[in-house]
Amino acid sequence: MSTLHLAILLPFVFVIIIPLLYKYTTAIHTGWIALIVPVVLFVYFASYFSIYDAIEPITVSVPWIPSIDIHFTLYLDSLSLLFALLITGIGSLVVLYSIFYLSKDRERLHLFYAYLMLFMGAMLGSVLSDNLLVLYTFWELTSVSSFLLIAYWYQRQRSRYGAQKAMYITMTGGFSMLLGFIILYVASGTFSIREIIAMGDTVSTHYLFIPAMFFILLGAFTKSAQFPFHIWLPDAMEAPTPISAYLHSATMVKAGVYLVARMTPIFGAQLEWSWTIIIVGIVTLFWGSFNALKQYDLKALLAYSTISQLGLIMSLLGVGSMGMNVKFENESLVFMGAFLAAIFHLINHSVFKGSLFMMVGILDHETGTRDIRKLGGIMHLMPISFTLTMIGAFSMAGLPPFSGFISKEMFFTSMLTLSENNSSWVNIIPIVAWVASIFTFIYCMIIIFKSFSGTYHANLLERVPHEAPVGMLASPATLSILAIALFLFPGLVVTSILEPTVKGMAPNVFAKHPDWHAHITAWHGLNLELFMTIGLIIIGILLFLSIEKWKTPIFSLISKRYNLNQVYDKGMINLEKFGSKVTRSYMTGSTTHYLTYIFCFLIITVLGSLLITNSFYLDMSNDSPIEWYEFVLGIATVAAAIFVLFSKSRLMSIMGIGVIGFTVSLFFVIFRAPDLALTQLVVETISTTLFLLCFYFLPKLKTSITSLKFKLTNAIIALGVGTTLTLIGLSAYGHRIFVPIAGYFNNSYQLAGAKNIVNSILVDFRAFDTMLEIVVLFSAGIGIYTLIKLRHAGRND
Amino acid sequence: METFIIIISGILFTIAVYLILNKNFLRIILGVTLFSHATHLMLMAINGLKKGNAPLLSEHGEIYTDPIPQALILTSIVISFALTALLLVLGYRTYIELGTDNMKKLKGESHE
Repeated sequence: MSTLHLAILLPFVFVIIIPLLYKYTTAIHTGWIALIVPVVLFVYFASYFSIYDAIEPITVSVPWIPSIDIHFTLYLDSLSLLFALLITGIGSLVVLYSIFYLSKDRERLHLFYAYLMLFMGAMLGSVLSDNLLVLYTFWELTSVSSFLLIAYWYQRQRSRYGAQKAMYITMTGGFSMLLGFIILYVASGTFSIREIIAMGDTVSTHYLFIPAMFFILLGAFTKSAQFPFHIWLPDAMEAPTPISAYLHSATMVKAGVYLVARMTPIFGAQLEWSWTIIIVGIVTLFWGSFNALKQYDLKALLAYSTISQLGLIMSLLGVGSMGMNVKFENESLVFMGAFLAAIFHLINHSVFKGSLFMMVGILDHETGTRDIRKLGGIMHLMPISFTLTMIGAFSMAGLPPFSGFISKEMFFTSMLTLSENNSSWVNIIPIVAWVASIFTFIYCMIIIFKSFSGTYHANLLERVPHEAPVGMLASPATLSILAIALFLFPGLVVTSILEPTVKGMAPNVFAKHPDWHAHITAWHGLNLELFMTIGLIIIGILLFLSIEKWKTPIFSLISKRYNLNQVYDKGMINLEKFGSKVTRSYMTGSTTHYLTYIFCFLIITVLGSLLITNSFYLDMSNDSPIEWYEFVLGIATVAAAIFVLFSKSRLMSIMGIGVIGFTVSLFFVIFRAPDLALTQLVVETISTTLFLLCFYFLPKLKTSITSLKFKLTNAIIALGVGTTLTLIGLSAYGHRIFVPIAGYFNNSYQLAGAKNIVNSILVDFRAFDTMLEIVVLFSAGIGIYTLIKLRHAGRND
Repeated sequence: METFIIIISGILFTIAVYLILNKNFLRIILGVTLFSHATHLMLMAINGLKKGNAPLLSEHGEIYTDPIPQALILTSIVISFALTALLLVLGYRTYIELGTDNMKKLKGESHE
């Protein structure tokens, strides 16, 4: 057990401690207790961080289920460290923010912080695990804790709906990912990610390698809200705002990005991988930024912008992995710039999106609404909030002097690189990316100007807005400073995080270019990317100013036709309908139907297998001769059975069965089975008496029963069963493979001292059967006794 | 003889299944009884019939019929007797409690 293990376990320990302390520390806000965890962990992880050096990867392992190769192995390299720092750093800020955001008196804070700690631990576990199954375990834990957090206000119907939707979608992806992991295990024989990377060539020849890739990608896409699985994210906005800031912008939705980055050394060289990620990412980028324009709720707008930015990061990862393909060997280093951009934008996005969510929370908190139609003109009332929102939004729009500018320029560079090195149709990708960036610019403007400038509607707001408390502003202010710092000094993360991460993602590329160094500067010269930015700003401003003219007609046309939420909702409803229809179709509650299924199954499987193996056999040569009285007896049996079939009187049909019983005992006499004949005779007599007794005490029962209606299906089934069993009997009789062991029992006098062989078998050779048969009889006796005796037990009527 | 008995028991099986698929409780019980009779007959027939003396050692002669199926069937007769008796009383109680012996009416309510 190393300190790294303890670091992951710390939040889980607090999951237990927090509710306990909540009970006894009523004076202070529970958040202050919870704040210990992320701060301690952040300091711990920061101790690995150095601006000038990459960290040496650390591996620590504790056996968990060693018999099936599951070890709780943790692996800390620069990629994991980046995520760990984001999780704990933004986690600290979010906890601090939530202390001021959530009321101590009204909310059930112990649950909030317990879920949050559960999530934090699970997220740390996901990004640090080296073992695929441990990764999967933590991955699902993030889904579960996210589910709990979205439905934190479970009294609201929308919260429950959002939580359920998020869970269905992410869990589906999770299962698919598990499937991919298992295939990887089958192909490589190990669950360790590093060992799989090491044997890359053998793994990639496995015939299920490409399916495994898609299964894992499905997991990443659902978690990271990529098109068309993005629909859960806007509905997850029912969660408290600190949760939206933490889970649904900075950490959990990046788990998919982490997974793609982690798996890139395994799958990156496949063009299917690159193109899938690029196309899905670009579509998500476009669709997310386009839909964000439609929103009036600021949180929903930010949700769509998160979707869009995640698409951007994904597409960059796809472009970067192109460089790993042998086809692009000469340009491989150029493509590596995309990896650099992806990881850099990942950091930037966490920073500015976390800040923006917190600012929206503050607006909500101070004005009582998040609707941009109600907000406006509060710039002078909340100057600090305005400034911080502006920094976040400008960084997201990609304007200098904020860090988003650098990563957006790098994004344009990567997309241009992609189109230069591919056939001409790929040219559409940078154009789509550019248009999406215009949309991004417009909605960033909406966030700033629709909520802070314009006319002030005092009557629409629930409260008189005023500046938020310092504690609440502290977290977004920290993030805003970081957004500026990353623009001015991008070197803060280049050598320590970006360069080693990119080198780790494409090890085979950098084996040939050991001298490569990552380079990021704010000013990169006068080039096409800069003109693209200037162009998008001009068009963006024009479109923003005229937004009222084109927004309503366009979106009313599109939202009616292309609504994925409707597809999901209808799909769920139809699935339920279909399920209940299927169940109702066979679970009718009628015994006859169930018996029909059983008999049909018997006919189909037995008769079918007999037919397939051609096992019919008819051999009458060994038959013993039939005497005339035997023949008559047989006919009598059948006649009695047919009589039972058509008899309308209860009494007569019981008599008919009695006749059959007695003819059977006569047959036993003929078959040289005296004991059987005796027993059959007695049993038949008792049964018939019992039947009759039943009627004697049953005066209410009518003596006649409704006549048997002929039913063709029943007749066919009956005939089928009869034929099947007859054929089995005949074939079994014909095939005599082994000599019977009857000869052994002929020694019963020597072995058991009995001259009646059948009886000695029953009580000596196979006495266990007899004992249990007595038990059966005994149980039946008790059952009959209770059925008759215990009437109306527990009832008063 | 064996073929004849197997065919007879096949006919009994057919009638028994038809009775079991019926909706009247009594007919179902009768069907079950008939089914066990048919099974016993077939079990005997498959092993060959009348191939020797009754399996009693005092009988003169060296060849006996196979005693094993006889022992099996003896056990089976007793068990099916217990089953029939229980079913019968169950049907009787059902009729007393619910006032019907029609399986269609015993379906119960559909939930949901």
